[in-house]
Amino acid sequence: MQLLNTLLIGITAGSIYALMAIAFVLVWRSTRVVNFAQAGMALLSTYFGYEAVSRIGSFWVALPVAMIGGALFAALVELILMRLLVKHASSGPIAGVAPIIATLGLLGVIRSVISMIWGGQDLRIVAPISNNGFTINGSTLVFSPLKLLVLVVVAVLLILLTILFQKTNLGLALRASAHAPEIARLSGVRVDSVRTLGWALAGAAGAVAGLFQTVNGNGNFSPDSIEFSLLLVSGFIAAVIGGLDSLLGAVLGGLFLGITISFVLMYVSSGLFFIAPFIILLIVLFIRPQGIIGVKAGRRA
Amino acid sequence: MSLNVSNLTVHHGAICAVNQVSLAVPTGKLAAIIGANGAGKTTLLRALSGLNKPTSGVVNWMGQTITGVKPEKLVRLGISHVSEGKSVIPELTVKENLELGAIWRKNGKEMKESLDQVVTIFPRLGERISQRSDTLSGGERQMLAIGRAIMSKPKLLLLDEPSLGLAPLVVEQIFQTIRDLTTEMRLTVLLVEQNAMGALKIADLGIVLNLGKVVAVNHAQALIEDPAVRAAYLGY
Amino acid sequence: MFILGGVVLYFLSGMVDELRVYQGATIAVYVIAISSIILLTGYSGQVSLGHGALMAVGAYAAAVLRIEFNLPIILCFVVAVLAAAIGGALLGAAAARLSGPYLAGTTLALAIGLPSLANQFAVLGGEQGLLFDVGFPPLALGEDFTQYKWFFWIAALAALISMWVVRNLLSSAYGRAWRAGRGNEVAAQLAGINTARSKVLAFTISAGIAGLAGALLAMTIGTVSPSAFPLALSFSLLTGAVLSGITTLGGVIIGAVVLVAIPEIADVVAHRLGSSESVTTNLPGLIVSGLLILTVLFVPNGPVEQHRARKAKHAAQHASSKKDKH
Ligand SMILES: Nc1ncnc2c1ncn2[C@@H]1O[C@H](COP(=O)(O)OP(=O)(O)OP(=O)(O)O)[C@@H](O)[C@H]1O
Ligand SMILES: [Mg+2]
Repeated sequence: MQLLNTLLIGITAGSIYALMAIAFVLVWRSTRVVNFAQAGMALLSTYFGYEAVSRIGSFWVALPVAMIGGALFAALVELILMRLLVKHASSGPIAGVAPIIATLGLLGVIRSVISMIWGGQDLRIVAPISNNGFTINGSTLVFSPLKLLVLVVVAVLLILLTILFQKTNLGLALRASAHAPEIARLSGVRVDSVRTLGWALAGAAGAVAGLFQTVNGNGNFSPDSIEFSLLLVSGFIAAVIGGLDSLLGAVLGGLFLGITISFVLMYVSSGLFFIAPFIILLIVLFIRPQGIIGVKAGRRA
Repeated sequence: MSLNVSNLTVHHGAICAVNQVSLAVPTGKLAAIIGANGAGKTTLLRALSGLNKPTSGVVNWMGQTITGVKPEKLVRLGISHVSEGKSVIPELTVKENLELGAIWRKNGKEMKESLDQVVTIFPRLGERISQRSDTLSGGERQMLAIGRAIMSKPKLLLLDEPSLGLAPLVVEQIFQTIRDLTTEMRLTVLLVEQNAMGALKIADLGIVLNLGKVVAVNHAQALIEDPAVRAAYLGY
Repeated sequence: MFILGGVVLYFLSGMVDELRVYQGATIAVYVIAISSIILLTGYSGQVSLGHGALMAVGAYAAAVLRIEFNLPIILCFVVAVLAAAIGGALLGAAAARLSGPYLAGTTLALAIGLPSLANQFAVLGGEQGLLFDVGFPPLALGEDFTQYKWFFWIAALAALISMWVVRNLLSSAYGRAWRAGRGNEVAAQLAGINTARSKVLAFTISAGIAGLAGALLAMTIGTVSPSAFPLALSFSLLTGAVLSGITTLGGVIIGAVVLVAIPEIADVVAHRLGSSESVTTNLPGLIVSGLLILTVLFVPNGPVEQHRARKAKHAAQHASSKKDKH
């Protein structure tokens, strides 16, 4: 029973990491940048969701509001920051580190601005359904209706995303621009706009991850939430495990990470909560530097 | 004249790769561009399709000035470029690579028609339609690249070394297909080639490029017979 | 040059008030920390967000030894360097297989994970942390030699020594190897440079310097606790390094001064504008991050390099216009 419990908790957490990892992968594929501001953007979207909840009162309105808000903000970042970056900092000795530094700066800006607008204290979003565990044969699980809901919503979103990417012209344009921007342009794809779209999708995925990370925890969040630092690190690690270039890899990486952490916390020590992701990442990088879902290019991006 | 280039100059940083090039190709004609490695052939094509920005000069296509226009716009004006080397996307299937060529037309029916047309021209692609394109042979890849360009319904086709790395027999087939396409679809074609003899044989006119400059323009047959060209580019 | 700098500092420290002396000590600490980033990022092309954590390693090592064994302070600093260098070597071994965003992400994971370890071991003192007391200034320095002045002296001396070491390293064969590897790893390998080893070495040395900075920072605060080494510290150091001109050591003092000055400037600005509490407390963070972005976009090589490049260009133009006249 405990085994099942641990597994289900891991899968739930993992599905949230998977969404975050997808956000990383979408951005990486469209602009070859690891967006360290991703968690900051997810946090901002969560505040958008919070505003919606406190005005309209429904989580089911907050979710799309957060997604749209997150998408628009991400698109704006691509249009302004990324394009300036390409224009001003794509050569010279620090060209390689410039995008990293710029997105870190953005993370800081987002956090500061959020703190200025909403203050530093904890705010709260109440989960739409109960987080009290299911009871089976008299014993209560940690797995709850809420966690089930998270799983279902993430699964639906993943299916929609798969259809978008595999079955539509827009998806074809997104994939072509990611793998071979020059051929895409020669085929008439407006690669610049497709890049912006990639960021917007990432913003929306991150928004869902942020909201779910919040309600799947204790519902509280603040600009300094360790939950969001954890989301940043876990999403990044999941993406790296998946090879950083593959959406399927991101999903598998997220689930793998979620389940592994869940088992480590249950059977090794719960004190490893913060350091476990780092250790798992190191192990992965040493054993399979090309990620679990092997990509040929390796880590020397 | 459908394509008119006058005094086109293109730089890569400080290197002047294309230097004051002027040329004209009539509608429905196939022009072969030959020249040594580094002569500026690829750069010239890339400037024509909008991938490289020219430093100066004018490109005129069917009465319209297109200098500096972006490639995604030029496709819509009927200019298709099959670039040198890797011009299929290995991560996509054969069908997806082809569909990509027609993606700007946003019309499912036309896309289907073009797809049928390409499969008729290259039956080999039809047999491998749902395979990932990194499983194709070199010759099949080149067919796929040309097929993708045809999917865009081009009027001007820019081909950069379609014979690169192919066996002699396959090269002959590809050249023959290019010739047939030009005639049947009334395409205007610029064919850049290292295989100068093969290219000149199917071409209507030949252009010789050296160190970024046009050094000879003539009927293809006349160039084949020109002793200087023979010695320098045809190897006998 | 360095000795001259020391003499100037000596007279300055006698003339200003206590707060400035304390800030001077903080600047000296930042100078050390930033030079470790410049060595790593600017020269060897690796981005670390774990330097705050490595500073913590140095600080904790020094504090534990001071408390448990009452070692002389100079030895504590030496151990701080060694402990952080060992941590850096381990991390660097992983880093050599990584690059760019992978390394940044890995060190980020470390930075978030490491502070929680302080709560795992009793000897590290949990959230409260440990006391770190370097003792009173020696009596020989006179009656009016204050505690802050003593901090300043230790930090400034350490800064001068580490600047001297870093500068010599950067102009040595190692420095050239780092720059070669940063530019083009494959080309550097073909030229016979063992880029992996060279990167690990850069990481180790940089970590050691960061460890020293960490111990000194703990000295000025008086305690070592997880909250003294937040992720924001790593960000600040990166900003300081970028502002200084990440590819040259010459501007390092600029970044350090700016980092210390930002909270004060922010305070003044916030009061002028009569802003609310939450704006006031977050303005420094906003300025640091905003500067980070703006510098990368518009002055990517830092003000010093920018100025030098402009002057060189000017000179070249001057020379060529002269030539034209002849
Ligand atoms: N991206 C680039 N950056 C710098 N120089 C370039 C670049 N591309 C081409 N060049 C230079 O421009 C000149 C012309 O190159 P180009 O590729 O156009 O020649 P080519 O005729 O196509 O040669 P090949 O037959 O080998 O394909 C060469 O000197 C080449 O080194
Ligand atoms: Mg070429």
